[in-house]
Parts: sequence; structure tokens; C-alpha cells
Amino acid sequence: MRKTDLRVLAVLACLSVGAPSPAVAQSRTAQRGGESVAELHWWPVRKNIWMLVGPGTNIAASVGPDGVMLVNAGNAEASERVIAAIKDLQAQLNAFGFLDVMTAQRGGAETRSRFPVNTHAPPKPVRYIINTSSLPHSIGGNQAIAASGVTYTGGNVAGTIADSSEGAAVLAHENVLNRMVSLDMPFAALPTETFFTSEYKVSTFFNEEGVQIVHVPNAATDGDSFVFFRGSDVIAAGDLFNMDSFPIIDVDAGGSINGVLTGLNAILKLAIPEFRTEGGTLVIPGHGRLGDSADVGYYRDMLTIIRDQVRALIDQGMTLEQVIDKRPAFGYEARFGSATGSWTTEMFIEAVYRSLQESA
Amino acid sequence: MQTFWPTFVTQHKSGQNPTSAGRAARLLGGVGTATMTRMRTLRRLRLAAASLVATVGVSGFGAAQMDFTGEWPVVLSQDNTDNPHLGEYVGIPLSQEAIRRAEVWDASIQSLPEWQCRPHSGVYIKRGPSNLRVWKEVDPASRQIIAFQTEWLRSTNTPIYMDGRPHPPPYAAHTWGGFSTGTWEGDRLRVETTHLKEDYYRRNGVPQSDRATLTEYLMRRRFDNQDYLTWVIVAYDPVYLTEPLIRSTEYRLNLAQQVPPYPCTIVTEVVRPEGYVPNWLPGKNDQIYSFSDYYGLPRSLYFDGAETLYPEYRQKLERAGRTTARNAPGRE
Repeated sequence: MRKTDLRVLAVLACLSVGAPSPAVAQSRTAQRGGESVAELHWWPVRKNIWMLVGPGTNIAASVGPDGVMLVNAGNAEASERVIAAIKDLQAQLNAFGFLDVMTAQRGGAETRSRFPVNTHAPPKPVRYIINTSSLPHSIGGNQAIAASGVTYTGGNVAGTIADSSEGAAVLAHENVLNRMVSLDMPFAALPTETFFTSEYKVSTFFNEEGVQIVHVPNAATDGDSFVFFRGSDVIAAGDLFNMDSFPIIDVDAGGSINGVLTGLNAILKLAIPEFRTEGGTLVIPGHGRLGDSADVGYYRDMLTIIRDQVRALIDQGMTLEQVIDKRPAFGYEARFGSATGSWTTEMFIEAVYRSLQESA
Repeated sequence: MQTFWPTFVTQHKSGQNPTSAGRAARLLGGVGTATMTRMRTLRRLRLAAASLVATVGVSGFGAAQMDFTGEWPVVLSQDNTDNPHLGEYVGIPLSQEAIRRAEVWDASIQSLPEWQCRPHSGVYIKRGPSNLRVWKEVDPASRQIIAFQTEWLRSTNTPIYMDGRPHPPPYAAHTWGGFSTGTWEGDRLRVETTHLKEDYYRRNGVPQSDRATLTEYLMRRRFDNQDYLTWVIVAYDPVYLTEPLIRSTEYRLNLAQQVPPYPCTIVTEVVRPEGYVPNWLPGKNDQIYSFSDYYGLPRSLYFDGAETLYPEYRQKLERAGRTTARNAPGRE
């Protein structure tokens, strides 16, 4: 199957599947730091969990009767398309009653069948955005997408904080907030609820399941997390796991190769394959196709092997330039590397080198 | 002019066994088609297709479509029958990136919890030594075949969809067996497989990327009063192959065969620090020369990739190999 065929089949798949549909939400192309931002596509992951492909990062979305929870917000320039894509998906799901909280009873006391004239309440808006790091594709859409949402609150909170219900809540590790403040980002884009512990649990079930946020220190940045949807058994890995490239590691923002590996190993500890190292816990990567524990295992192996090679070269006293010349990622470059764009193989090797030097 | 296909048939009939020793013997000028000239990629594919057509033509089945259901033990007379040596990469058009990965591969990685229950993928298992079972899924209304279900021992089931469904988009998950669809070409079934997980072409560290795709041909025929299923695989891998890799496997119908369950339990096989991944540093893994040293072949063979596919390569080894063989460790 050639790439052209795959693209055609992808479109066919999107058009041919009934509801819920992996719909082509938009078909425009934007640019992100030299990288092409492709069409937006929804892909069903499991139960209420969906993956939105294309807005600069994969956005994991829990879409159900309680509203919408997003893991990451994509690039700022993709925000309006993301909002439109969410509404489009909700409209399709709602048309078939998948977002109903309850079916209103109509007819007499003895009526048991549903009337065909039944309609559905409007879908609930975006209520939560979780940022898994302070990288631009995680936080870029915060302001616009949060503004399209709402926080359900009341009582004392609503009485004393007048704007407490305006916009969706944005959850993140506090280091994400600190990074964004240091960059003078708009107040409306900042996380509204932060945590400083190793784990954070969303207080109540959302769309029929618990949601757990696990902090991974010093991974892509110093504020990374991954999100575990416990009922669906889906992990949104953020920038720890990237099926399209080597991991983006911002050493200046506290990132390190060993932190990324710690995060991947933590995901592997949680994940349980369904059978023969396949399926079971599904893992939504920051970029690229949907994965499972085997894909995370391969990625962990690759990064460990590259890390070991860079460390061995450092131990031989080599400079960064000498290490780059040795091409320690050579065996993986044709799959995950890039000589151009916003994250090249050399930038990745430099990040590995620097983070190992700093941890020595 | 002989093609690879009649050569395989000849080997079945004569009992010749192109296993590791056989491959080594052929490389040094033993079995083979001495008059063959070097075929480029397209020519190899054309010849393969032509020989497949010829095979079908003499198979005795004239009607379009074919039934592949049944219990199919593998014919243990091809390269699938033995465990490969470390460093035995001949006959696979590996890219230099693949060779680097194979070099740093440590067999001990199989003992990690993540890999203890890994099955062979759809690329390897169709060339592996495992028995095959095929059955049909039939649509209850139309009575048309929805899919041929295929199951190999120690692997995962893989349906070959026959109902015209499209392949998933690129961002869908990949599986060990991949996503396969079939179309009829006369009574031969052509199968396109995508969405494969990363795996290996040979189980000695030769990597296969998750961007590999397969074009496959299934043919059933009668030969010597027995039913054979011939499964031809053409692998395209933009990451780790420089040319298509063409392989075939023979199965012989045996209605008494059973494919038993193959459960797997993950245990701590080796106590290791958390996150440890066995691997070799480049240039430090002498085990990769196991194959060349054992058979007295030049160590350069390890790096020659697609060159090892072609008959002319024997002449290169003839010139370089004899000297190296005398100097190889363990040889006088």
C-alpha cells in the first residue's frame, strides 16, 4: 500500500463510517514553526475517548454526557478549527443519542418503547483542558478553547469570584504555570488549577470514569504529565511519546532524556496488553499514530539505546560536535529523524548530550 | 532463464535444504542458477509475477476464486526451518540503518517483560516455521466471504478482509498482523497488508519498521497428489529495506493438524535495574560475525545489504571469502 493509497483510504474511511465518525473536521493547512499542521481528523480510541489529529499535537478528548475534557490544546493558530471540530463531533454523536444523560419518558405509564420523535439536549461545552507540558503545542490553544467552554460552579464560589464560571478550567503541574508566567503569556491562557504533587486526580468522575494526572519530573520540560483515563484504559502521553519524531526535549525548560525515559517506564508499568503484547491499554502519543504498550516499549528501547550510546561517547571525552558526528541515533534516523524543521535529529542529540552533561 | 519460483519447486522435489548451511554453500558457488544475470528490482518483481501466473496455470484449478480454508502444516524445507546465526543477514536487502540496529541488538532484550509475550509479526510469521490454520467468515445474509481468518502457532490471528472495506487511516493503531484486504486475480488471492507493528525480518535483530507494507499472493494447487498452499510475500519497507524483499512459504494440507493454544505468562526472568535495556555499543558486538566466521565467509558480508541478493555476489565472496576463511578465528 503506497502513501497515496493510504491517504485516499483514510478519506474513504472517514466518509464511509457512520456515527460516531472519524470525521474530517477541516481541510486547511496551517504552519507551526516550519512544520506543516495537517488536516484535522477525529479518531475513536475507546469508549468516550477520541484523538484529534493535526492541530500541532494530538489532542485527546473525553466527549460524553458530562461535556468535553481535552488533554492539550494544540497550537494557537489551530484553536478555531479545534473548537469547530469539537462541535462537529458532538453534533454527530448527539444526533444518535450518544451524549444523552437520560432519555426523557414520553407517552403513557405503560409505554416502554422510545418514540421516534425524541430529540436530544444540546451537548455540554468544553469543561477541562489539561496541559501535559509548557511546550507551545500543548498550551497554544488554551486561551481560545478555554474561552469557548465553561466551569460549572455555584454557591460560595460563584458568589465571591464573579468570573469563576467563565471558561473551561485549565489543569497543569505548577511548573507549567511558572513557565507561562515567566514568558508573560496572557492571563486568560494560564492554568486555573495547578498541582505540585506527583499525582493529581480529577475530583469526580468525568464521562463515567476517573481521570488521573501523573507528573513526570524533568522530561520534555520540568512540568510534564501524562493523563490516565482509568475506565477507558487510555493514556494520553503528551510529549513523552511521539510516533513521528524523537521526543522534543527543552533542556532550558528543565527537560532531560532521563526524565523522558522515566515517564515511558512509568507508562509501561501502568499499561497492560490485552493479549500478546497488543491492545489493552491504548496510548495516545503527542504526535503520530495511536499506540499501545508495545509501541511505547519500542520507543523506550530506542531512547535508552541512544542515551547509552551518547553517554558512552561522553565518557570518552567527546565534545557535542564529535558526538553529533558519530550519529548515535543513526539506526533510527530514517524512521524518527529529520534534517529540517523545528525539531531535527541534531537538536535531539544536543538535548540528550546537554541533559546527560548536566546530570553528571 | 530460471526464476526463484521453479528453483523452490526443484528444491522441494530434490530434498535440497537451503537453510543456513545451504545459504552459505550457495554463496560460495554451490547450489544455484549460475547463468542468472543480475535482476533489478522491477525485473525481479516481473519475473516473480510471471512465475506465479505460470504456477497457477498448471495448478489444475480453472475457476475464479479458491478456498484456502484448512489445516496447513508448513513444509520445512526452506529458509524458515532453522534458527539463524547472529549476523546472518544474507538475502535481505537491508539499509545501513537496519544494519546499525542489528549490530547493537542484544538477544537478551527478549527477556524484558515487555517482550516476553511478543508474537511474531505478520511479516516474519509468514516465513516462519509455524503451522497455519485458515477458516472463512461468511456474511449471514449475502453468504459472501467477509474474511479469511488466518492463525499461526505462536502468533496473532489476522483476518484478510474480502468485503471491500477500506484500510484504516495512517493515524490508526498498528498490530502484529497488520490490516489485510484481499482481491481475486483469477483463482489467486492478492493481499495488501498495512498497519504492521515494528518487528523483524529474521529473528536475529534484523529490524522491520512499522512503515513496512506487504503485497502477498496466495495460491492453492495440487502437486504430487497433495494440496499445497503457496504464500508469497513482497515486503516494502522505506526505512529498513533498500529493495523489496520477496519470500515464499509452502504449506501442505493435513486435516489432522491441530494448532494448540499458546498462552504466555510474563515473569521476572532477569533481575535488572529499572529501565535497563540490553544493547551493544556500535563496534563492540563481535557476535555479529558468528555467521561469517562459522562458515568461513568474509566479515564484510555483514554490511553488504541488497548485494547479497544477487548471484554475482558469489563471485565477490569467491574472491574475498577464501582468504578470509583461512584467517577467520577458529579456522586453520
